[in-house]
Amino acid sequence: MQHVSPVRNPLVTGGKTYHDVTQDICYQVEAAPNVRWMGALSVALVLLGVFFYSVYRTLWFGIGEWGLNKTIGWAWDITNFVWWVGIGHAGTLISAVLLLFRQKWRTSINRAAEAMTIFAVICAAMFPVLHMGRPWLAFYVFPLQNTLGSLWANFNSPLLWDVFAISTYFTVSLVFWYTGLVPDFATIRDRAKGKIAKVSYSLLSMGWTGSAKHWSRYETVSLILAGVSTPLVLSVHTIVSMDFATSVVPGWHTTIFPPYFVAGAIFSGFAMVLTLMLITRVVFKLEDYITLEHIALMNKIMMVTGSIVGVAYITEFFIAWYSQVEYEQYCFINRATGPYWWAYLSMMSCNVLSPQFVWFRRIRYSIPMTFTLSIIVNIGMWFERFVIIVSSLHRDYLPSSWAMFSPTRIDVGVYVGTIGLFFTLFLLFAKFFPVINMAEVKSILKYGVDNGPTYNGPNNGAQLADRHMSPAPYSTPGVPASAPVNYDKHD
Amino acid sequence: MKYWKGIEELDNSSEFAKHAFAEFPDFLPVKEKRAGEVEDSSVAPRRDFLKLMGFGVAAATLASCETPVRKAIPYLNKPEEVDPTISNFYASTYFTGSDYNAVLVKTREGRPIKLEGNPESPITRGGLSARAQAAVLNLYDGARLPHFMMKKGNGHEKTDFDQLDNAVRAGLSSATGKIAVVSPTIISPSTKRAIAALAGRYRNVEHIMYDVNSASGLLQANSGVLPAYDFSQAKIIVGLGADFLGTWISPVEYSRQYVTNRKLSTDKRAMSRHYQFESNLSLTGSNADVRIAVKPSDIGTVAVALYNAVSGTGSATALPAAAQKQMARVVADLQANRGASLVVSGSNDPAVQTVVAAINQTLGNVGTTVNLTAPSFVRQGNDARMSQFVDELKSGAISAVIFYHANPVYNHPRGEEIKTAISKVPLSVSLNDRLDETGSLCQYQAPDHHWLESWNDYEPKRGYLSLAQPAITPIFKTRQAQETFLRWAGSNETYYNFMKDGWRTALGANGFQAAWDKAVHDGVASGSVLPTPTFAAAAPGIATAISNIRGAKKGAIEVALYEKVGIGEGGVEGNNPFLHELPDPVSKATWGNYIAVPRKMAVDNKWEQGDVIKVTANGKSIEVPVLVQPGQAEGSVSIAVGYGRTMAGKVGNQLGANAFPLVQTTSDGPVYYNVVTLEKTGATSPIAQTQTHHTIMDRREVVQESTLAKYIANPKEVTEYERVATPDGLEKPNKVSLWQDYQYNDHHWGMAIDLNSCIGCGSCVIGCQTENNIAVVGKQQVINRREMHWMRIDRYYSSDHHEDEFEKEGKLKTYAAMEDPSDNPQVIFQPMMCQHCNHAPCETVCPVLATTHSSEGLNQMTYNRCVGTRYCANNCPYKVRRFNWFSYYSNEKFEDVNGHMFTDLGRMVLNPDVTVRARGVMEKCSFCVQRIQLGKLEAKKQKRRPKDGEVVTACAQSCPTEAILFGDMRDPSSRISQLLRREDGERAFHVLDSINVQPNVTYLTKIRNAASTFFPEEENA
Repeated sequence: MQHVSPVRNPLVTGGKTYHDVTQDICYQVEAAPNVRWMGALSVALVLLGVFFYSVYRTLWFGIGEWGLNKTIGWAWDITNFVWWVGIGHAGTLISAVLLLFRQKWRTSINRAAEAMTIFAVICAAMFPVLHMGRPWLAFYVFPLQNTLGSLWANFNSPLLWDVFAISTYFTVSLVFWYTGLVPDFATIRDRAKGKIAKVSYSLLSMGWTGSAKHWSRYETVSLILAGVSTPLVLSVHTIVSMDFATSVVPGWHTTIFPPYFVAGAIFSGFAMVLTLMLITRVVFKLEDYITLEHIALMNKIMMVTGSIVGVAYITEFFIAWYSQVEYEQYCFINRATGPYWWAYLSMMSCNVLSPQFVWFRRIRYSIPMTFTLSIIVNIGMWFERFVIIVSSLHRDYLPSSWAMFSPTRIDVGVYVGTIGLFFTLFLLFAKFFPVINMAEVKSILKYGVDNGPTYNGPNNGAQLADRHMSPAPYSTPGVPASAPVNYDKHD
Repeated sequence: MKYWKGIEELDNSSEFAKHAFAEFPDFLPVKEKRAGEVEDSSVAPRRDFLKLMGFGVAAATLASCETPVRKAIPYLNKPEEVDPTISNFYASTYFTGSDYNAVLVKTREGRPIKLEGNPESPITRGGLSARAQAAVLNLYDGARLPHFMMKKGNGHEKTDFDQLDNAVRAGLSSATGKIAVVSPTIISPSTKRAIAALAGRYRNVEHIMYDVNSASGLLQANSGVLPAYDFSQAKIIVGLGADFLGTWISPVEYSRQYVTNRKLSTDKRAMSRHYQFESNLSLTGSNADVRIAVKPSDIGTVAVALYNAVSGTGSATALPAAAQKQMARVVADLQANRGASLVVSGSNDPAVQTVVAAINQTLGNVGTTVNLTAPSFVRQGNDARMSQFVDELKSGAISAVIFYHANPVYNHPRGEEIKTAISKVPLSVSLNDRLDETGSLCQYQAPDHHWLESWNDYEPKRGYLSLAQPAITPIFKTRQAQETFLRWAGSNETYYNFMKDGWRTALGANGFQAAWDKAVHDGVASGSVLPTPTFAAAAPGIATAISNIRGAKKGAIEVALYEKVGIGEGGVEGNNPFLHELPDPVSKATWGNYIAVPRKMAVDNKWEQGDVIKVTANGKSIEVPVLVQPGQAEGSVSIAVGYGRTMAGKVGNQLGANAFPLVQTTSDGPVYYNVVTLEKTGATSPIAQTQTHHTIMDRREVVQESTLAKYIANPKEVTEYERVATPDGLEKPNKVSLWQDYQYNDHHWGMAIDLNSCIGCGSCVIGCQTENNIAVVGKQQVINRREMHWMRIDRYYSSDHHEDEFEKEGKLKTYAAMEDPSDNPQVIFQPMMCQHCNHAPCETVCPVLATTHSSEGLNQMTYNRCVGTRYCANNCPYKVRRFNWFSYYSNEKFEDVNGHMFTDLGRMVLNPDVTVRARGVMEKCSFCVQRIQLGKLEAKKQKRRPKDGEVVTACAQSCPTEAILFGDMRDPSSRISQLLRREDGERAFHVLDSINVQPNVTYLTKIRNAASTFFPEEENA
């Protein structure tokens, strides 16, 4: 039996009842789309149009539509790929690792974070396919049987490991996410009025009845999947980093890459979760579920991983000097002072400096500051991949082949387009799926009630306000402070 | 047993019997007809309507599908000698008014697809220039005139042989004034006889030869003969602005001679020393041991100073500081090597050439390195005569003019005058192969065959004969120019017979047929047919010459006008995409010309690379972008001629600017420099360079060089071998490996490249391109750094800054400084192609096994398997992999530049043994695997192993200096095995040895016969 401190902050504020939770979350699914959602979706759809146009140009005319050249064979494509995969890390980390560590606060955000993971991995997966010269032959990378006997995939190639790592990660994440959705689909199904909604959610909920047997299996499966996903959180970006680490290119050929990439991925993943959560809680009025405490906790993780990344950057430089390998040394000097110094500077300032502001409590609990930071970190992490890929490739061994990369409109289009794809998917998810795991959130509602007196802050509410904490419980308008909590009401 | 056709036959009804034996039994009427209905064609019965509609829909659907129809038609009667898939080689000769090359024409199924050097030739000895390599493409040039034409109104209309012949004959007969035949130098004895036949028929026929890259001054200074030089005999070579390895007179021949004395080995540790005085950094200057940058007009001053010093006469002349510094050394070297030295000058000023001739005379070089008795014939143009022709043309003294491969409107300094004067001439005819700047102004166009479609003979040097034979039936309705001359002269003889008759004198009447057959087979013969050319103008005396030479004016900016190694004078090469995309050996610029300025001038005037500058001389201006060129003499700029064509064809039109109008014309003829004024226009125009970083960044592992002194002292120390630290101490990198080595049981192909022999001419680049069907990508794609050449020549300039400054200046500052080349740098060339690594980094990273290692050591690409991830290219330390960014053979963006993959005409040049690569596929050097397979198969047919030298890659085959050696390293007696054994520990090194990819390509350290500024710490050591 888990012990919960009697003076622990409530994870959900506003004195929500089980019914309130159901009501608040199902409302978004059941109500007509609101104007803000429509506006956001139309912007996303415009960007999706850009995506389709750019992909059409790429597929119809060839990779020449991008800015790559004989020296720089990867640039924005793989930068975007690694960036999206990185973003896709937070979801599984939140749902799997934090589940195993029994971090109950995750329940409010894990659903959206997992959705984000899946959509980010979808966006990421676009690039390995699109960047191929002949994407219609992409199936060659699978170890399929063929009549030519010895002709098979090359198991030495990190790109092949990528295929396995990412497809595994995607599959497991999808199953995990879907498993979590089943009880909530059932809730929506039971409340659904329209015929289409009823049929759809019936199918989606797969005959969930809420029986104890179901719940027991649900818990077990969640735990197993969490166990399966946890190594995946580490493995995916480890393997992505091996695309670089196993090569001979100075600046890529680095043993520090696996931990460095994983830290970077979690870093950027949390930044993206923050970006999305801050928008979602406003758009869907979920301030009581995604509280300032959540934001502060995520900020802390961002700061820790950001600092790990910072240490990794410095270590790389140290090793370049320490190794006395001329090419390595030149690569890092060139990275910082060569033609791409601005990219390096953006990376350093966004990823190493900006998260340090989180040491300040004021900033940790400030929504505008957090939002700005999360965007800055996402930009910085994009630059990190750009710096690693382009600044290493553009000046490698033979000075005769040194070159510069400049993106074309199509390069930009594909990238911006995947952002459009991501937000289109995310907005559709937010409208039609329950953005917060109702079943799990309900399990933490009792924290302030069952386990002793409700926490009211060290002294009084005024001090709470000073500390930029969420409003005191029972002070939310519309819910009388004296209203009894109805434990028996099951929705 | 009986089978019936059907029930009808069994019944054997009368209806059946009626039709049984007809070819098409007509049972079903096409049309439904009701009883009693009258035949009415206006009625469309339902069935017909449906049929027609069905057919219509089907036809429309099919038509819209645009299925390409490719017909492969087998031979009805197989031509003798032509076997499908078997190549035939025919000996022939390339000479288009520039350098002479004896060639072998490789034909497949009756189509010439590649030119290779003819090893039988004592002059070019199997070498072939880049220009000659690319010439096969000109045969399939879509801009060639497909038939005879005549002017009508403002346009031209098609005509036939008879009509044109009659008109021209009438015109020539009625000519009252002079009849001028204008051509570049003709070294064909029979062609000269054909022109003479024309002169026999009509009055006042005069044959005027002029050379675009004129050697009139040289001819004048040597009593009308062009001395034959022998660089192989010279221990000291002094070049005075003569680009003899690149463009001057006979570069392939000179290159071969030059490297004879530059090659080093264990038993020959001596080499020539080469000084070069010049203003633009030429290919020759880049190879010089000591290069001194002087303004173009100071070349004469240097010559005078040299003459004064070696002859001990005259007073010391004032010289530019850079030249003064080296003068004593040059003179001492020359005097120490009397009879074994050579001074050559590229100047067209007879005074300068007189002084140079006097220097060689004084040094006793005549008879050893300068041969006046077996002179060269490849330059015969008389500038004064040409100038007189222009005057006559303007005055109306010329009443008929025939341009034979001459395009003076474009390439003569007085082209503008010729352009306006042509219209005054009553009869003007062009025999040029296309409607070019001159030809389009003429009334009649009688295009000549391409030389690959023609018979012809040549005498490039007294006593050396050479033949050309048709390698393909004429593609168009053209006629060989010589035959055209004969027709106009009233003879109906074929040129073949006409020429053969002429050869009887050279080969002797006894056993002529056998000797002739041998000459046709070999392509070359000895004997002489051509009379010594007469040259009217006499040279000035030495004293007059010296007094005629004036140095550069202080402060005036001079332009040096030079030819590019690829494009040359911009004649037929002007529309050749291979040559336009061949990077300039030194600047690495492609597609168009530019103004090369010294760094100081660019800094002083705040010009950036690509800024367009207006260059004015002779009252004429052109606009060209700036390229900052290290080695360009202070106070001078240089611009390549041969660009700015307007009627060359789709490829060559409007590329760069025409610099011929800037040529200075003196009473003696054109001089290829001038005083100019420069003015920034504010516009910019990017320059497409294949290499944009120019220094080696002190990476010895990339390219190694040392000095002769050190090589003689201790040959084991000229190459720095990388060692890696292991628990057992420092070891060779290949001692530490995670991988298992491949076992090669049969062959192990390898290549050795001697950096001392490589002069960087780029012949291999084009040889590779024609052999392997490599796409041309055009200017924009070169700017995007996407050229497709499998073989490239890396060129590095030395820098003034080196690693030894790390401690004092810090790494950041030093690395930044190392990026800038010296103002007068030393240059090193390094041919670079797939190194066929035994531990290939590309092979491990390909997810689909599209690039794998062969059992013979080749790193091979399987195009069909490639999905195009480009991971291999990223992981290639040598950056030799090339990606098909677009569909170069079907994307219309490339239709102009890559025409040889688009049109049926152009595609005839493709090598059927090599796949044309699809979009999205990686490609790279294959070590000419098709040639390896061919060699192995030929040997197998004869039940033996391939002999050393039987399998040669295209690059090794085309190299004029034999810098590239290809062979089987498994065979201990092969030349490559011997070479590698001999040079191991001395000059043999692998590029980037420390990363242990174990290439199959070995380089031999370059040895400089002077101090090295690349790795100066050597001198201190």
